[in-house]
Amino acid sequence: MKHIQADIVIVGAGGAGLRAAIAIAEIDPEIEIALISKVYPMRSHTCAAEGGAAGVKLSDDSLEMHFNDTVSGGDWLCDQDVVEYFVEQAPRELVQLEHWGCPWSREDDGSVAVRPFGGMKKKRTWFAADKSGFHILHTLFQTSLQFPSIKRYDEFFALDLLHEDGRARGVVAMEMRSGCFFHFSAASVIMATGGAGKIFPFTTNGAIKTGDGMAMAYRAGVPMKDMEFVQYHPTGLPGTGILLTEGCRGEGGVLVNKDGYRYLQDYDMGPETPLGEPVFKSMELGPRDRLSQAFWHEQKKGNTVPTAWGDCVLMDMRHLGAQRILERLPMVHELAVSYVGVDMITDPVPVRPVVHYMMGGIASNIEGETPMPGLFAIGETACGSLNGANRLGSNSLTELLVFGKRAAAGAAAFAAENDYPREAPALLAQAEAIVARVRGLLQKSEGNESVAGIRGEMMNSLEEGAGIYRDEEGTEIACKKIAELQARSAAIKVNDKSNVFNTDLQGLLELQNMLDAAECVAEASNARKESRGAHQRMDYVERDDENYLKHSMAYRQPGERPRIDWLDVTITRSQPGVRDYSGDKK
Amino acid sequence: MGTRQIELEVMRYNPEKDEAPWFQQYSVPCEEDWAILDALIYVKDNLDSTLSYRWSCHMMVCGSCGMTVNGEPHLTCKTFIRDLPDKVRVEPLENFPIERDLVVVLDDVMQKLQLAKPYIIRKDDPPPEDEEYPQSRAALKKFKQYTMCINCMLCYSACPQYGLSNDFIGPAALSLAHRYNLDSRDQGKAQRLDILADHDGVWECSFVGACSEACPKNVDPAAAIQQMKVDGTMEWWKQKFGLTGDKP
Ligand SMILES: Cc1cc2nc3c(=O)[nH]c(=O)nc-3n(C[C@H](O)[C@H](O)[C@H](O)COP(=O)(O)OP(=O)(O)OC[C@H]3O[C@@H](n4cnc5c(N)ncnc54)[C@H](O)[C@@H]3O)c2cc1C
Ligand code: SF4
Repeated sequence: MKHIQADIVIVGAGGAGLRAAIAIAEIDPEIEIALISKVYPMRSHTCAAEGGAAGVKLSDDSLEMHFNDTVSGGDWLCDQDVVEYFVEQAPRELVQLEHWGCPWSREDDGSVAVRPFGGMKKKRTWFAADKSGFHILHTLFQTSLQFPSIKRYDEFFALDLLHEDGRARGVVAMEMRSGCFFHFSAASVIMATGGAGKIFPFTTNGAIKTGDGMAMAYRAGVPMKDMEFVQYHPTGLPGTGILLTEGCRGEGGVLVNKDGYRYLQDYDMGPETPLGEPVFKSMELGPRDRLSQAFWHEQKKGNTVPTAWGDCVLMDMRHLGAQRILERLPMVHELAVSYVGVDMITDPVPVRPVVHYMMGGIASNIEGETPMPGLFAIGETACGSLNGANRLGSNSLTELLVFGKRAAAGAAAFAAENDYPREAPALLAQAEAIVARVRGLLQKSEGNESVAGIRGEMMNSLEEGAGIYRDEEGTEIACKKIAELQARSAAIKVNDKSNVFNTDLQGLLELQNMLDAAECVAEASNARKESRGAHQRMDYVERDDENYLKHSMAYRQPGERPRIDWLDVTITRSQPGVRDYSGDKK
Repeated sequence: MGTRQIELEVMRYNPEKDEAPWFQQYSVPCEEDWAILDALIYVKDNLDSTLSYRWSCHMMVCGSCGMTVNGEPHLTCKTFIRDLPDKVRVEPLENFPIERDLVVVLDDVMQKLQLAKPYIIRKDDPPPEDEEYPQSRAALKKFKQYTMCINCMLCYSACPQYGLSNDFIGPAALSLAHRYNLDSRDQGKAQRLDILADHDGVWECSFVGACSEACPKNVDPAAAIQQMKVDGTMEWWKQKFGLTGDKP
């Protein structure tokens, strides 16, 4: 095993990991950074984000309004100190990206343009056409190239955390091209490994979003927070799950059922708004959880449109006209033509809700600290409780930046204050054990289960039991099923015995991680006996602030179901109220 | 939806075992709306889990899944079964060493992206931290197309010059340098033009335009290279006659 010494290890080179790396390099070029990523940084899934990043910009808007939208959008499960810090820092971070060269779309006067987004009361979403995440990621990656202290380890697959006396000490990773194992030791570790959408069958998430960082932390005893909150995006393409950004609706696209009726008005989001004149926080600009739930009801009523890929509703953009569609939404136009053969200029596009974003993740706080000293978590893999029970679209790209920077400062300070022995025998033994586990998987010559088989069963059981609507029985079945699959996964044989770029082995390691994340989702969905934001229980239809104005915290108990604890929500100034999506018409 | 049986002929290479690459046949029942990438995923999940290839987003933006399909460089998530015959040959990108099966070694091009100094370089201070640079739509339009590069490296695979010698810095890296040169916020053009002065810079390009033809994102790297030649010549004259003070 090779040994690499750094001051700070960052696992993940998406938007969050890159922002943190740059911040550390700027704090002190002497700090040695090891930036580990299982794919080249610009392949990270931040590249797929289309719509944009939120930050107050115009004079008719205010930090207060951004705060209120976020907290009510999150159904009061956001930690309000976190939201306050976030809305305050957001504009500065977006300007920082502008200074680094991000090609934001512009207004006529040369200032950066902003667009409306679901659940937001004002225009405050900064965008670069419909490739906002792509441009943010490439801007960060390219900017990072000027800092020699950022040492990259591209296509290194992180396996597990190293920790001693309750403190994070590094990670073990496998170099994909050689199969060699690397022991990274560091004074602090930042997890920035992204989400886990691939635990569900229909998702906008890429192949790499397998919850690795969550599972690594969970196995190391760190709790997973609010894992029951899984965001469905109401407008994915059927079949592939490819996203048609909320920007489509922001620009004026509407949703209709099989009768051409704008059904959202039947679900407390009306009254109907004039075609092509979207009204903030109503109808098509309601929040994602409500829109996805409305689809579910329309499907039950038989109002959806049957297609070759299953039931859909239609998103109609025709009234926007070719010019606006091609200028503002060129990528989604191309995606719809390519993957479902529909030209949105002339025809409505079939769409359905697809899993999009994990509100839950590694428990972290406003500093990006986790309960394990020396371990920080940022981006989608973390749950810093900005997003509460339902993330507002375009808050998370900004979250990567704001908390990437903040955690970087914390990790640098921690590294400066906490020296540590360079050679630690206990850690070496831990690293050897991790390597032995992986070698064992590779060498196993018997087994009648397959990665694809168990993965498929996992996805279906979550969709069934922990999908848009849940109940006691369904979640219980899902919990049992995931436990069964975990046991059965021990009988998977890796057919590929090569050391070089072994994606068969990687697939198994990712599956194990996904099963850990899936366990948390199913168990937390079972434990929360109320309906809030993205977590809707048919047997507990009301929000229950008396008992559940709390974060769920899932602790791993090897061989048993996880223990679920509850942590109070931080409330500074907004008491739980009613989420109103009638565009102030009520 | 109907399915169509496709005979996939896939290049395999395991450096630990194989002396040379070889082809393996897979018969894949493809749905009509599938891309080649879906067929490869089918193989991996159902027929042969030892096949290695890169992929992630399946929406033409992460740049991972470039391969040679029936002799031409393509993103496999964007190459549809409906446009292909019943027999399809899939090979790794050309002009790169093969790492394993359909995975190629990208070290060289990653290095080259860095050479382009792809970040804003300033002589003057930037605006205060809460103020943007103003940039007109016209100014944005000047470089926007060159920001679209997803680093899929299809252009290197298509480039005859890069095929001859890896010394050539190549289409994507040059487009990237050009992108920053054209950005109204940047003042680092003179530094970047240095890479042209090197023997492996822009002058090596023989202008057959194969890069632009291969590019799945309409970046048009050939146009960037052409424009950079002009810029390079101008800069050379300027420096020769001391018209610019910023030669490092
Ligand atoms: C299609 C789509 C559209 C979206 N649109 C928007 C939008 O418009 N606005 C918005 O605010 N949000 C949007 N989001 C959400 C947002 O893009 C993501 O939440 C965010 O980009 C996640 O960034 P990240 O840095 O946390 O993770 P990622 O960008 O996913 O990066 C994860 C990194 O971790 C690395 N990694 C993972 N596991 C390992 C391992 N085991 N070993 C080593 N490295 C590892 C990966 O290589 C990668 O570098 C969208 C999401 C999707 C899927
Ligand atoms: S210029 Fe085009 S072909 Fe070349 S790497 Fe960029 S996107 Fe790919």
